[in-house]
Amino acid sequence: MKTLITSTADTVDAPFDKRYGRAAWFCILNEETGETTFYKNENAEAQGGAGTKAAEKTVELGAQKVISGDFGPKAKDLLEKFNIQMVIIEEDLKVKDIVERIKG
Amino acid sequence: MARPKSLRKVVKPPGFKGYKPYGHQQRRQKPVDLLYEEYEALKLADYDLMTHQEASEIMGISRATFARIYERARRKIARAFVEVKEIKAVYGHALLDKSWLVCNKCFARFTIPETITERNCPVCKSYNIETVK
Repeated sequence: MKTLITSTADTVDAPFDKRYGRAAWFCILNEETGETTFYKNENAEAQGGAGTKAAEKTVELGAQKVISGDFGPKAKDLLEKFNIQMVIIEEDLKVKDIVERIKG
Repeated sequence: MARPKSLRKVVKPPGFKGYKPYGHQQRRQKPVDLLYEEYEALKLADYDLMTHQEASEIMGISRATFARIYERARRKIARAFVEVKEIKAVYGHALLDKSWLVCNKCFARFTIPETITERNCPVCKSYNIETVK
Protein backbone atom coordinates (compact mmCIF):
# COMPACT_ATOMS: atom_id res chain seq x y z
CA MET A 1 0.00 0.00 0.00
CA LYS A 2 1.22 3.48 -0.84
CA THR A 3 1.19 6.24 1.73
CA LEU A 4 1.66 9.93 1.01
CA ILE A 5 3.49 11.97 3.62
CA THR A 6 3.74 15.73 3.19
CA SER A 7 7.33 16.94 3.45
CA THR A 8 9.17 20.27 3.59
CA ALA A 9 12.06 19.01 1.42
CA ASP A 10 12.97 16.06 -0.80
CA THR A 11 14.72 13.98 1.87
CA VAL A 12 13.51 11.79 4.73
CA ASP A 13 15.61 13.87 7.17
CA ALA A 14 13.42 16.91 6.53
CA PRO A 15 10.62 17.80 8.95
CA PHE A 16 7.25 16.71 7.62
CA ASP A 17 5.02 19.49 6.33
CA LYS A 18 1.91 20.14 8.41
CA ARG A 19 0.07 21.65 5.48
CA TYR A 20 -1.47 19.39 2.88
CA GLY A 21 -2.34 21.45 -0.20
CA ARG A 22 0.61 23.79 0.30
CA ALA A 23 3.18 21.24 1.32
CA ALA A 24 6.47 21.71 -0.54
CA TRP A 25 6.99 18.02 -1.36
CA PHE A 26 4.99 14.84 -1.34
CA CYS A 27 6.76 11.73 -0.14
CA ILE A 28 5.30 8.46 -1.36
CA LEU A 29 6.13 5.55 0.91
CA ASN A 30 5.66 2.05 -0.38
CA GLU A 31 4.76 0.12 2.77
CA GLU A 32 5.72 -3.26 1.35
CA THR A 33 9.24 -2.35 0.23
CA GLY A 34 9.86 0.64 2.52
CA GLU A 35 10.98 2.74 -0.47
CA THR A 36 10.35 6.45 -0.51
CA THR A 37 9.94 8.61 -3.61
CA PHE A 38 9.63 12.38 -3.57
CA TYR A 39 7.44 14.48 -5.84
CA LYS A 40 7.49 18.28 -5.91
CA ASN A 41 4.15 19.94 -5.24
CA GLU A 42 3.69 22.31 -8.17
CA ASN A 43 0.65 23.91 -6.59
CA ALA A 44 2.25 24.88 -3.29
CA GLU A 45 2.21 28.56 -4.27
CA ALA A 46 -1.15 28.48 -6.07
CA GLN A 47 -3.63 31.28 -5.47
CA GLY A 48 -6.46 28.94 -4.70
CA GLY A 49 -7.55 25.34 -4.98
CA ALA A 50 -4.28 23.93 -3.69
CA GLY A 51 -6.12 21.38 -1.57
CA THR A 52 -8.17 20.16 -4.53
CA LYS A 53 -5.05 19.85 -6.70
CA ALA A 54 -3.21 18.01 -3.95
CA ALA A 55 -6.08 15.55 -3.60
CA GLU A 56 -6.05 14.96 -7.36
CA LYS A 57 -2.30 14.40 -7.26
CA THR A 58 -2.77 11.93 -4.40
CA VAL A 59 -5.20 9.89 -6.49
CA GLU A 60 -2.87 10.11 -9.51
CA LEU A 61 0.06 8.79 -7.47
CA GLY A 62 -2.10 5.93 -6.25
CA ALA A 63 -1.77 6.61 -2.53
CA GLN A 64 -4.45 5.13 -0.27
CA LYS A 65 -3.37 6.92 2.86
CA VAL A 66 -2.29 10.54 3.42
CA ILE A 67 -0.38 11.75 6.45
CA SER A 68 -0.29 15.49 7.12
CA GLY A 69 -0.84 18.06 9.85
CA ASP A 70 -4.30 19.15 8.73
CA PHE A 71 -6.65 19.06 5.75
CA GLY A 72 -8.75 21.87 4.34
CA PRO A 73 -12.48 21.38 3.78
CA LYS A 74 -12.16 20.86 0.00
CA ALA A 75 -9.33 18.37 0.34
CA LYS A 76 -11.25 16.51 3.06
CA ASP A 77 -14.35 16.14 0.90
CA LEU A 78 -12.38 14.91 -2.09
CA LEU A 79 -10.24 12.44 -0.17
CA GLU A 80 -13.35 11.09 1.50
CA LYS A 81 -14.97 10.60 -1.89
CA PHE A 82 -11.98 8.67 -3.20
CA ASN A 83 -11.88 6.53 -0.03
CA ILE A 84 -8.41 7.72 0.87
CA GLN A 85 -7.52 7.45 4.52
CA MET A 86 -6.56 10.75 6.16
CA VAL A 87 -4.15 10.83 9.08
CA ILE A 88 -3.40 13.92 11.15
CA ILE A 89 -0.25 14.09 13.23
CA GLU A 90 0.21 17.16 15.39
CA GLU A 91 3.69 16.39 16.72
CA ASP A 92 6.79 17.93 15.12
CA LEU A 93 8.33 14.96 13.41
CA LYS A 94 10.74 14.24 10.60
CA VAL A 95 9.54 12.27 7.61
CA LYS A 96 11.77 9.38 8.65
CA ASP A 97 10.21 9.31 12.15
CA ILE A 98 6.82 8.72 10.58
CA VAL A 99 8.25 6.10 8.23
CA GLU A 100 9.78 4.34 11.25
CA ARG A 101 6.46 4.37 13.10
CA ILE A 102 4.65 2.83 10.17
CA LYS A 103 7.27 0.12 9.82
CA GLY A 104 6.87 -0.48 13.56
CA MET B 1 -10.86 -18.29 10.01
CA ALA B 2 -14.24 -16.84 10.93
CA ARG B 3 -15.97 -14.65 8.39
CA PRO B 4 -15.13 -10.99 9.09
CA LYS B 5 -17.96 -9.02 10.62
CA SER B 6 -19.67 -6.55 8.33
CA LEU B 7 -19.50 -3.10 9.84
CA ARG B 8 -22.49 -1.83 11.72
CA LYS B 9 -23.38 1.76 11.04
CA VAL B 10 -23.59 3.89 14.13
CA VAL B 11 -25.13 7.33 13.63
CA LYS B 12 -23.81 8.85 16.82
CA PRO B 13 -21.39 7.27 19.27
CA PRO B 14 -22.40 7.18 22.94
CA GLY B 15 -21.85 10.49 24.75
CA PHE B 16 -20.11 8.75 27.65
CA LYS B 17 -17.04 6.64 28.19
CA GLY B 18 -18.67 4.50 30.82
CA TYR B 19 -20.96 4.17 33.86
CA LYS B 20 -19.98 3.36 37.42
CA PRO B 21 -22.17 1.98 40.18
CA TYR B 22 -22.02 3.75 43.54
CA GLY B 23 -22.89 2.81 47.10
CA HIS B 24 -21.59 -0.73 46.80
CA GLN B 25 -19.12 -2.42 49.12
CA GLN B 26 -17.36 -4.76 46.76
CA ARG B 27 -13.93 -4.49 45.35
CA ARG B 28 -13.55 -3.10 41.89
CA GLN B 29 -14.38 -5.70 39.30
CA LYS B 30 -13.67 -5.95 35.62
CA PRO B 31 -16.03 -3.67 33.68
CA VAL B 32 -18.55 -4.89 31.12
CA ASP B 33 -17.57 -3.79 27.61
CA LEU B 34 -20.58 -2.33 25.83
CA LEU B 35 -19.78 -2.05 22.12
CA TYR B 36 -20.85 1.01 20.13
CA GLU B 37 -23.14 -1.09 17.95
CA GLU B 38 -24.80 -2.54 21.04
CA TYR B 39 -25.38 0.93 22.40
CA GLU B 40 -26.79 1.98 19.03
CA ALA B 41 -29.08 -1.07 18.87
CA LEU B 42 -30.45 -0.38 22.33
CA LYS B 43 -30.94 3.28 21.49
CA LEU B 44 -32.78 2.62 18.21
CA ALA B 45 -35.05 -0.06 19.68
CA ASP B 46 -35.78 1.24 23.18
CA TYR B 47 -35.19 4.98 22.97
CA ASP B 48 -36.22 5.82 19.42
CA LEU B 49 -38.83 3.01 19.65
CA MET B 50 -38.15 1.65 16.18
CA THR B 51 -39.03 -1.81 15.03
CA HIS B 52 -36.11 -4.20 14.63
CA GLN B 53 -36.64 -4.11 10.86
CA GLU B 54 -36.30 -0.30 10.66
CA ALA B 55 -33.38 -0.23 13.06
CA SER B 56 -31.50 -2.96 11.20
CA GLU B 57 -31.84 -1.01 7.95
CA ILE B 58 -30.33 2.08 9.56
CA MET B 59 -27.39 0.07 10.83
CA GLY B 60 -26.91 -1.68 7.50
CA ILE B 61 -27.28 -5.21 8.86
CA SER B 62 -29.92 -7.94 8.68
CA ARG B 63 -32.83 -8.06 11.09
CA ALA B 64 -31.52 -11.24 12.63
CA THR B 65 -28.08 -9.74 13.26
CA PHE B 66 -29.70 -6.68 14.74
CA ALA B 67 -31.74 -8.85 17.10
CA ARG B 68 -28.60 -10.62 18.26
CA ILE B 69 -26.72 -7.39 18.89
CA TYR B 70 -29.72 -5.94 20.72
CA GLU B 71 -30.06 -9.00 22.88
CA ARG B 72 -26.38 -8.88 23.74
CA ALA B 73 -26.70 -5.21 24.71
CA ARG B 74 -29.59 -5.93 27.10
CA ARG B 75 -27.83 -8.90 28.63
CA LYS B 76 -24.63 -6.95 29.19
CA ILE B 77 -26.48 -4.13 30.91
CA ALA B 78 -28.45 -6.59 33.03
CA ARG B 79 -25.21 -8.32 34.00
CA ALA B 80 -23.58 -5.02 34.91
CA PHE B 81 -26.58 -4.11 37.11
CA VAL B 82 -26.89 -7.44 38.87
CA GLU B 83 -23.18 -8.07 39.33
CA VAL B 84 -22.52 -4.42 40.23
CA LYS B 85 -20.05 -3.85 37.46
CA GLU B 86 -18.94 -0.80 35.57
CA ILE B 87 -20.03 -0.36 31.97
CA LYS B 88 -17.41 0.76 29.52
CA ALA B 89 -18.14 2.02 26.00
CA VAL B 90 -15.88 0.18 23.55
CA TYR B 91 -15.48 0.82 19.83
CA GLY B 92 -16.43 -2.64 18.53
CA HIS B 93 -17.30 -3.04 14.85
CA ALA B 94 -18.91 0.31 14.32
CA LEU B 95 -18.78 2.40 11.18
CA LEU B 96 -19.34 5.99 12.12
CA ASP B 97 -20.57 8.52 9.60
CA LYS B 98 -17.61 10.72 8.62
CA SER B 99 -15.86 9.77 11.76
CA TRP B 100 -12.46 10.79 12.99
CA LEU B 101 -10.67 8.45 15.31
CA VAL B 102 -7.74 8.97 17.61
CA CYS B 103 -5.01 6.50 18.51
CA ASN B 104 -4.36 6.36 22.25
CA LYS B 105 -0.79 5.22 21.67
CA CYS B 106 0.71 7.65 19.14
CA PHE B 107 -2.11 10.26 19.24
CA ALA B 108 -2.53 10.36 15.47
CA ARG B 109 -6.02 11.27 14.31
CA PHE B 110 -7.39 9.49 11.26
CA THR B 111 -10.40 8.42 9.25
CA ILE B 112 -11.22 4.88 8.19
CA PRO B 113 -12.72 4.80 4.69
CA GLU B 114 -15.10 1.99 3.74
CA THR B 115 -12.44 0.23 1.69
CA ILE B 116 -10.27 -0.45 4.72
CA THR B 117 -11.30 -3.38 6.88
CA GLU B 118 -8.60 -3.18 9.53
CA ARG B 119 -9.82 -1.22 12.55
CA ASN B 120 -6.48 -0.08 13.90
CA CYS B 121 -4.18 2.93 13.86
CA PRO B 122 -2.69 3.45 10.38
CA VAL B 123 0.58 4.72 11.85
CA CYS B 124 1.54 2.52 14.82
CA LYS B 125 -0.97 -0.32 14.13
CA SER B 126 -2.31 -0.11 17.69
CA TYR B 127 -5.89 -1.31 18.28
CA ASN B 128 -6.24 1.11 21.18
CA ILE B 129 -8.35 3.65 19.29
CA GLU B 130 -11.47 5.67 20.01
CA THR B 131 -13.61 8.32 18.38
CA VAL B 132 -12.74 11.99 18.59
CA LYS B 133 -15.37 13.72 20.67
